[in-house]
Parts: sequence; structure tokens; C-alpha cells
Amino acid sequence: MEAVVSVHGLRKRYGQVDAVAGIDLEIERGEIFAFLGPNGAGKTTTVEILEGFRSRTAGEVSVLGVDPAKADGAWRDRVGAVLQESNAEPGLTVRESLQLYSGYYREPRDIDETIELVGLREKAETLAPQLSGGQRRRLDVALALIGDPELIFLDEPTTGFDPSARRTAWHVIEGLRQLGKTVFLTTHYMDEAEELADRIAVIAGGRIVAEGTPGTLGGRNSMASTIRFTLPQGTGSDELPPELRALVAGEDGRVTLTTQTPLVHVGALAEWALARGIDLPDLDVRRPTLEDVYLELTEKPA
Amino acid sequence: MTTAAARGPVALVLHQARFDLRGFLRNRQARFFTLALPLLFMVIFNGVFGDKVVGPGPMKASAYYVPGIAALGVIAASLVNLVISITAQREGGILKRRRVTPVPAWVLVGGRALTAIGVSLVVVAGLLAFGRVVYGVKLPTSALPGIAFTAIVGSLTFCVLAYALSTVIENEDAAQPTVMAIMLPLYFISGIFIPNINLPTWLGHVASVFPVEHLASGFRHSYVPGAHGVGIVWSDIGVLLIWAAIGVAVALRRFSWLPKAATG
Repeated sequence: MEAVVSVHGLRKRYGQVDAVAGIDLEIERGEIFAFLGPNGAGKTTTVEILEGFRSRTAGEVSVLGVDPAKADGAWRDRVGAVLQESNAEPGLTVRESLQLYSGYYREPRDIDETIELVGLREKAETLAPQLSGGQRRRLDVALALIGDPELIFLDEPTTGFDPSARRTAWHVIEGLRQLGKTVFLTTHYMDEAEELADRIAVIAGGRIVAEGTPGTLGGRNSMASTIRFTLPQGTGSDELPPELRALVAGEDGRVTLTTQTPLVHVGALAEWALARGIDLPDLDVRRPTLEDVYLELTEKPA
Repeated sequence: MTTAAARGPVALVLHQARFDLRGFLRNRQARFFTLALPLLFMVIFNGVFGDKVVGPGPMKASAYYVPGIAALGVIAASLVNLVISITAQREGGILKRRRVTPVPAWVLVGGRALTAIGVSLVVVAGLLAFGRVVYGVKLPTSALPGIAFTAIVGSLTFCVLAYALSTVIENEDAAQPTVMAIMLPLYFISGIFIPNINLPTWLGHVASVFPVEHLASGFRHSYVPGAHGVGIVWSDIGVLLIWAAIGVAVALRRFSWLPKAATG
């Protein structure tokens, strides 16, 4: 596979601080790549270097085979971006905004088709500043798409959205996959990355602390699950069978067991409870969520 | 359909100017400050002082105010309007988003300047026509090309200065007060609001350093009967161009497409 984005040892120093402290990234064509990290971790700095807005202190960067620091119009023809904060074009309707941007490119996409793609057909003649937050973001996506780019940067595309607007935005981003676009997505929402991304990298303190698929990131697939339940009055956790007693990780009214083999231990627990005629109405089995993994990764001192 | 970008740089500048103009015409605040406010000043100053006589000329005060307010109209259409909209577009990420596209920077600046020059010419024509009809301030037809030339140079100068000035303004809330704080005193000492022959000499010297006075005086000379063949005063044009050069130098060094309020 061909690498669309290739970064080696990227470093950006502001004064005495390394905002980006030597990172490597490799993104292949057609991939949706999610770049996760807390605020101030170096996400936006990295993206702005890849978009050609910022210079770098050190490292090698190639985006679509070109160093973005030397990017020209021909390169920008192939790249689109939805920026973290960008207001609507003042005084222009949805269609006019797209007409303006489409004029910047040599071979733009069809305007009506693009409006349709982001679901703004009913709003095509509405002044862009009058759109709702979610609609405006979809217009941003349309503006990023109008040049028919190969690679699209989406910088926190759903920050501040209500849940239904986020679902719609996700649907639009899923649509980019069908178009065969490569997507570089930055976000601090775990569910967003889990829903959309083929691959995730987590940045904290300017370094990549983990990289993987949503299912395997940070060893998530091999991390322990938790089983929780409340024992009835008069029954202590010391009465559990020894194999379960050995797994007790916490007890604060509710017993918490951690296990690599949840099915086996839930079975044992059920057998024991049924034999004693005990009910465990709040029994709960949980795999570590991506959020658990992420918090563990980003809270570690860098 | 061939796109503006495919048709070449001139088509692209016109494309940008067309949409900038549309955005401007739909902005009520910009319309008021650019089109209505100069007219309001024209009516107020002529209403209060119009029949007085000024200067060593001597000339009727209305003949003094009409070209002066026309200069204010050019400044409103170029500097004031542009500083406010550039700052808002920069802080709102609009300039940054446009820079992600293949459109060259100079096309964005050129389209904006072209819009400002077009609006300036319309404003000047409107104000001078109003002065002719309402206050009987006649302009020799032979001076029209000179007036238009001065208006274009003036508008271009104040456009460039708008880009330069925007670099020191932190956010859109500060744009309007900053422009006003700079321009109001200049209007007072540059013969826009008060005939500058009433100024103390030293203040007159201060004013003559700045471009406002030279734009006003450039316009005013066109009205003086018999003077200045084509109605262009080259010394005034020269000072305007020096300021334009300063503006270009500052803008090239300091202008940023990215918001000043940096994000994570």
C-alpha cells in the first residue's frame, strides 16, 4: 500500500518546550486515521504542520509525496481540510459558498452533488451564517470536498455537537470512506474514533503513546474485564469460592472482580449463587472501553 | 464548465471580487458605515457650516466639505470596512480555510482590493453628485479622470494599510474601536471635519505626514478653478504611494492568515 502521509521524527519546539517531541506516523491510502489526544497534546500543531501552515523544528514529513512546507497550488488541489474553528462565509448562501470555493480548483466536484452528499439540499439557498452548528459543519465538509481531494483533514469535526448532529456528521464521514478518500481525523471523543477509524494513534505530551485499531489499541483486547455485583445482606465476599475470591479487586458495598476470562468466572459465580439461592440483580460484566484505555494512556506521566 | 482557476489569474481575481462584493452588499453594518455614514457626515457638516466662507481662497465651505467627505468615503470603503472584515475573517478561521485551497494569496488580497476600489468609486461618485445637486458644488468635467485616478490610488493605499493595521489588532471586537481611535483624530486634523487652515501650524505639519490629508487635498484641488490641468496633484499622490509602500512592507512581514487566538 502507498503511504499518503509519512512522518518520521517530527519535532516542533516553542521556546523551551517541545509541543511535538518526535513522532512517527504512516497513513495509507483509503484509511480513516484517528489522531487522539487531550487538549494541548500537540494534535493541532501536528495537523497544521501536515497542512502546510506551520514550519517544523525537525523531522521528515511527506504528504501525498510532497513536503507540505514547500507545498504549492498543485498540492493544495489534492488536499482538503475541515478546520477546528471556521466561521461561515459571510453574506453567502450554501450554494454561493461552494461556488466561490469551486472556482479555486481546476477540476472541482459537482456543486449540487456535493450539497446532496452532506445532506444540505434543503438549505442550499440559505445564508451560511444562519445554519445551525451541525449544518454549518456539514457545509465545512462540503467546502473541503469541493476540490475533490485525495486526502482530507478533519480537525475535531463534531466538537460542541448534540448527539444527533454527531450521528449525522459521522454518517457524512463514513460517506468519505465510500468515496475512497483518505481521512486524517483528530478528535478527543473516544466513541467517534471507535465508530469511524480504521486505525488510531494516541498523542500525549507531544509523543505517540499508543497506536492500533480501535479493538487492539493499548492492548485493549488483552486487558482484564470487570465483573461487578452486590451480595445480599449477611453474605460476605469471603464466602465466594476460592477461585473467585482470588479475583476480588475491590469491595465497597459492591464486589469487583477482574478477569481475563470473564465467561468462565461469570459461569462459576452463577453456579455458586444459584446453589445458594442468592440473586445478583445488579450483575454487570464490562470490557474495558476505549475511553478506559485512553485515560490510562494519557494520564500516565509523559 | 471551466472554473475561474482554470481560466487564469485575472478571472480568479474577478471571481473572488464578485463574491466579496456580494458579501459586502449583504452586510448591513458594512453598508451603513460605507454608504450611509459618509452621506450623513456630508449632510451634517454642510448643514452646519456650508454657507460659511473658508480659506485664503476664499471658498464656500460646502466646496471645501464635499471633496473632504468624498475622501472619508474612500477611507470608509477601503480602510475601515477592510480592517473590520479582515480581522473578523482571520479570527473566524475563514482566511485560514481559504488558504488550504490552491487559491494564491495575492488573488485573495487582489479580489478584496478590487471590491474596495469599485465601492470607493461608487461612493465618491455618489457623494460628488450629491454635492453637485444639493449644494451646487460644481466639478469641472475635465477633472473627472483626475478624481477617479486619485480615488483609485487612495483606495489602494488604504486597502494596503488595512492589511497592515489588521496585523496589530488582536480580535474582531477590537477592530472597530481601533480604527476609529486612529481615524477620528486624523479626520479632525486633516481637513475633513474642520478646514485645516484653522489648525495651529504644528498640527498642520503633523497632519501632512499622514495620508488622509493628501487624499482630501487631492480631491479638493480638482475643484479649484483653473488650477492643476488634469486635476491630479502629484505630490499628494506621492505621499499616498509612500504610505502604500509602508503598508506593503508591514503586511508582508506581519500579516498572518491564522487566527491570533491560537488553539490547542
